[in-house]
Amino acid sequence: MTTWTGWLTVALLVIPTLGAAGLFVLHKPTESALKAYGVIVSGAALLPAAALALTFDYGDAAAIQHELNAPWIPGLDLRFHLGVDGISLPLVVLTALLTFLCFVYLLGARAVGRRRELVFALLVLDIGMIGTFLALDLLLFFVFFEVVLIPMYFVIAIWGGPRRRAAAVKFILYTLLGSVVLLLGLLLIWSQTGTLDIVALAGAHGAGLPRGVQIVAFIAVGVGLAVKTPMWPLHTWLPDAHTEAPTVGSVLLAGVLLKMGTYGFARIAIPVLPDGAHAVAPWLGAFAVVGIVYGALACLAQRDLKRMIAYSSVGHMGFVLLGFATLTPVGINAALFGNIAHGLITGLLFFLAGAIKDRYGTADMSALGGGMLGRLPYLGSLLTFACIASLGLPGLAGFWGEMLALLGAFQPAPGLSRPLFLVFMAVGGLGTLLTAAYFLVMLSRVTHGSPGPLVPTDGTDVRKYEYSAWVPLVLLILLFGLWPKALLSITDPAVQTLLGAR
Amino acid sequence: MTSVIQSIDYFAIAPPLALALTACVVLLLDAFLPRGPRVRGTLGLVTLAGVLAALALLVAQAVRGQTLATFCVPAPVACSYVVDHITLIFAGLALVAGVVVILLSMEELAGGEIPVGEWYFLLLCTLVGAITLPASRDLVMLVVALELVSLPVFVLTALRRYDGRASEAAVKLFLVSVVSTAIMLFGVSLMYGVSGTLHLAGLQQGLVGNPLAQTAVPSAALVLIIAGFAFKVAAVPFHSWAADVYEGASLPVAALLSVISKAAGFAGLILVLVVAQPLTSGIWVPLVAVIAALTMTVGNLLAMRQAHAVRLLAWSSVAQSGYILAPLGAGPDGAGAAVVYLVFYAAMNLGAFAVVMLVSRADSRLGGGTLQDYRGLIFRSPAAALALAFFLVCLAGLPPGLAGLFAKVAVFRELVDGGVAWLAIVMAINTVVGLYYYATWTAALFSPAPSGAPELPRARSAQVAVGVAIAVVATVVFSVSPQLVFDVGSLSALG
Repeated sequence: MTTWTGWLTVALLVIPTLGAAGLFVLHKPTESALKAYGVIVSGAALLPAAALALTFDYGDAAAIQHELNAPWIPGLDLRFHLGVDGISLPLVVLTALLTFLCFVYLLGARAVGRRRELVFALLVLDIGMIGTFLALDLLLFFVFFEVVLIPMYFVIAIWGGPRRRAAAVKFILYTLLGSVVLLLGLLLIWSQTGTLDIVALAGAHGAGLPRGVQIVAFIAVGVGLAVKTPMWPLHTWLPDAHTEAPTVGSVLLAGVLLKMGTYGFARIAIPVLPDGAHAVAPWLGAFAVVGIVYGALACLAQRDLKRMIAYSSVGHMGFVLLGFATLTPVGINAALFGNIAHGLITGLLFFLAGAIKDRYGTADMSALGGGMLGRLPYLGSLLTFACIASLGLPGLAGFWGEMLALLGAFQPAPGLSRPLFLVFMAVGGLGTLLTAAYFLVMLSRVTHGSPGPLVPTDGTDVRKYEYSAWVPLVLLILLFGLWPKALLSITDPAVQTLLGAR
Repeated sequence: MTSVIQSIDYFAIAPPLALALTACVVLLLDAFLPRGPRVRGTLGLVTLAGVLAALALLVAQAVRGQTLATFCVPAPVACSYVVDHITLIFAGLALVAGVVVILLSMEELAGGEIPVGEWYFLLLCTLVGAITLPASRDLVMLVVALELVSLPVFVLTALRRYDGRASEAAVKLFLVSVVSTAIMLFGVSLMYGVSGTLHLAGLQQGLVGNPLAQTAVPSAALVLIIAGFAFKVAAVPFHSWAADVYEGASLPVAALLSVISKAAGFAGLILVLVVAQPLTSGIWVPLVAVIAALTMTVGNLLAMRQAHAVRLLAWSSVAQSGYILAPLGAGPDGAGAAVVYLVFYAAMNLGAFAVVMLVSRADSRLGGGTLQDYRGLIFRSPAAALALAFFLVCLAGLPPGLAGLFAKVAVFRELVDGGVAWLAIVMAINTVVGLYYYATWTAALFSPAPSGAPELPRARSAQVAVGVAIAVVATVVFSVSPQLVFDVGSLSALG
C-alpha cells in the first residue's frame, strides 16, 4: 500500500509545518528577513509538489499514487492515509503554487503589520489546504478541512479591511456550521460501512449503503461542502469575507479554499454515495444555475471591484456545481477543469484588485473613474486579460470549464431528467451572457474612457515583484486555454473510475 | 465458617489511605510549625508529595493489572471497594487534576489571607472522596464518598473570608448540595427497599424476585438517584448554581469543581447506570438523552451572554457536561465515549482555568476579570495567551485543538451508531453556538488592547506556570496521540 514515494506527500505537509515552527525560533527577525523566509519556505514546499507532478505516472492517472497509509488513531479507525490521483494532483500543485506566489507578492507589498504572524498564518493555511487535497481518509479529510478555518479567520480579522471583524466572524460561523453538518454526514457513512477509507468506499460505489441512507448522507455532506464552495443560497459569507480580506487572503480564499468544497464532491460525495448523488443531482443543478444567474446579476449591481469579483465566484462555482450535477464524465471533467481555471483566474483578479486598491486607495469603481489603460497601461491590460479570461473567452482557461459544463447538461447521466437539464443548460447559457456583460461593463468603466479625477497616490505601473507573482498565472491561463487536454487528460481517467460501475 | 472480622486488602485502599494520612500530617504541621510564608510553601509541598505518593500507588496498582477487591461479604460474594479499570481511570484523573489544583492553590495561598493548613486538609479530603467514589460498589459507600467530595468544597469556597461573594457562593453550594444529597438518599433507600441489597452487583438480581419491581418504584428510585448526580455535574435543571459559585469561589476551587467534583459525579452515574444496571436501559436512556440535550443547550446559551471569564467558563463547563452525558443517552455502550470525553475535557478545562489564574493574579484582580481584560494578552504574555488560545480552541473542538475534535467525534460516533440522530443534531448546533463564544474570547487575546487601558503587568507565577505546562503537555499529547485515551476508555474494559 505505502509506496516509497509516499514521503513526497508527507514532505508537502512537513515543510510548511517546520517553517511555521521555525518562526518561533527566530529572534526579533527583521521585516526583510521575514519576507525572504516566507518565500524560501513556500518555495521549498513547492519542490515536492513539482516532484509529485514530475514523478506522477500519467498513464495510470486513475490510480492513487505516492500513497502513504499508516494507522493514527485505531480507536476511531482513523488512518493517516495520503495520496494523489488525477483529481487531486492539479489541485495540490495549484495550492503550492498560489501559496508561493502569495509570498512573492508579499515581498513587495507595503509595510504589513505583524508580518511574523501573517507568515505563520499563511503557512498553517498551506498545511490545511494541501492536506485536504491529499487526505484519503474521511476523518483526516475533515481534520485538514477544518485546519484552514482558524488561520483564515485571523488573516481576515487582523489584516483585513475596515469591517473585517464582522466579516471574519461571519466567515467562521458559517463555515463551521457547514463543517458540523459535514462531520455528521461523514460519521453516518462510517457507521453504515464501518470504514473511513475513501479509496475503499469509492471502490465500493455505494455497495452496502441503502438508498435512503445515501440520500441523507449526501445531503449532509453536500450541505457542508456547499457552504464552502459556496452554493447559492449558502454563499452569503463569501462577499464580505472576500471583500474585507487582505489581498493574499482573498487570493487563497478564492483560489484554493473554495476548491476544497468542490473537491469534496468529486472525492467523497459523488463516488461514495452514487445513489444519493443521483437522487439529489436535480436539486444540486437547480441551485447551481440559480447561483450562476444570481451571481451575475449581483455583480451587475456592485460598485466595489473586490466585491464584484467575489460575487463572480458565486457564478463560476455555479458552473462547477452544474458540472457535478450532470453526473457524466464530461460534466465532472468540466467541474474539475473549472476549479483549476477559476483558481488561476480569480487568484489573478484578486491580486490585480489588491494592486489597484493599493495605488488608488479605493476599489470603488465609480470613484476609480475610467482610463486606467491610459494611466497605468500594464496594470490595465492585465486586468482586461484577467476579466476576459474570467468571462470565458475561447482560448483562455475560463472557457472550457463553462462550455463543457453546459455540454454535460445537454446530455445528463441516464436516469436524470433530460428536459430539466436542458432548462439548466439554457439558464446557464444566459448566465454566461450576463457574466460577459458585467465584466465588460466593469472594464468600460474602469479601464476605458478618459482618466477620472482620482489620481493614484502611487503612479508606478506594475512592479517587478508583481510581475513575478502574476506572470506564472497568466501563462497557465493561456496554457490551459489553448491546450485543455493538458489538464483533461489527467482528470479524465480518474473521473471514469470514479463514475465506475454505473 | 464465616468470620465476623473482615480482612482488608490494604494495597487496594493504599491511595486514599496515603491521602488521608497526608491530610492529618498537614493539619499537625500547621498546628506546630511557626506561621510564615516559608511554612505556607512547605505545607503545599507536603500536600503535593502526598498526592504524588497516592498517584504512585495507583500506578503500582495499574501495573499489577489485576482487579483488587476488599470489604467483601460472603455468600453471595459482593465487595464494597473494588479497584478495576474504571476505578483506575477516574482516580488517576482526579489525582492528576489534584496536582494542578494544588499548584494553583500554592499561588492563591501566597497572599496569606487564607488559612493554609485547613485549606490543604480540606483539599486532600476532597481528593480522598474523589478516588474512593469510583471504587465504591455499594450504595452507601457511594453516597458517603460523594459527600466526602462535596462537603469540604463548601468550606474551601467560604475560606476566602471577608468576601461577600465567597460566602454567598458557599451557602448556595451548600444548600444545593444538601438538597441533592437528600433527594439521592431517598432514591437510594427506595432502591434498597425494593431490591433488598446495597451492593451494586446484586441490584439487578435483587429486583428479579420482588413483586414491587414490577411497579414504578424502582424507576422512581433510579430517577431520584440520577437527579442527585445531576446536581453534582451541574446538569439541567440542576445547573443554576454553577456560575455564581464558580465566580464567588477562588479559582483553584472553581477548577476543582469543574473537573474533580464533576468527574466524581460522572463516575457515580456510570457506576449506577452502566455497571450496576438495576433496570433495563430503556427506562433511563431517553431521560439521560433529554437531560444531555437540555444541559448542552442551556449551558451554551448562557455562556454566550457572559462577559466575565470565570462565568463563561462556568456555563461552558455546564455545556460540556451535556456533551459528556450525551453518549450515555445513546445507551449503556456509550459509557466509553463519555469517559473519553471526560478525560479530554479535564485536561483542556483545567488548562483554561490555570491560565485564567495566571492572568488574574498578574493584574491583582480577583475572580478572573472580564473578557475585555484579555485583549492584547498576546503582547503582554505571549506564552499564556497561546496556551489559553489552544485550550479554548480545544474546548471548541477545532483543529489545531485536535483533542477536543476527537472527543467530539467519539461522542458523535456513539450517537450516530446508537441511532439517536436528534441528539446528534442538537449537539451539532450546540457545537456551533459554543464556537461563537470560544472564538470571541480567542480573538480578544490577539486584538490590540484598547488605547488608554492601564498597562497590565506580565503574568508571572512559577507554580501556576507549571500547572499550565502540565495541562498543555497533556492536551498536546492527547491531540497527537488520542489513542492513549481511547485505549483506557475502551468499552470492553468498562464491562
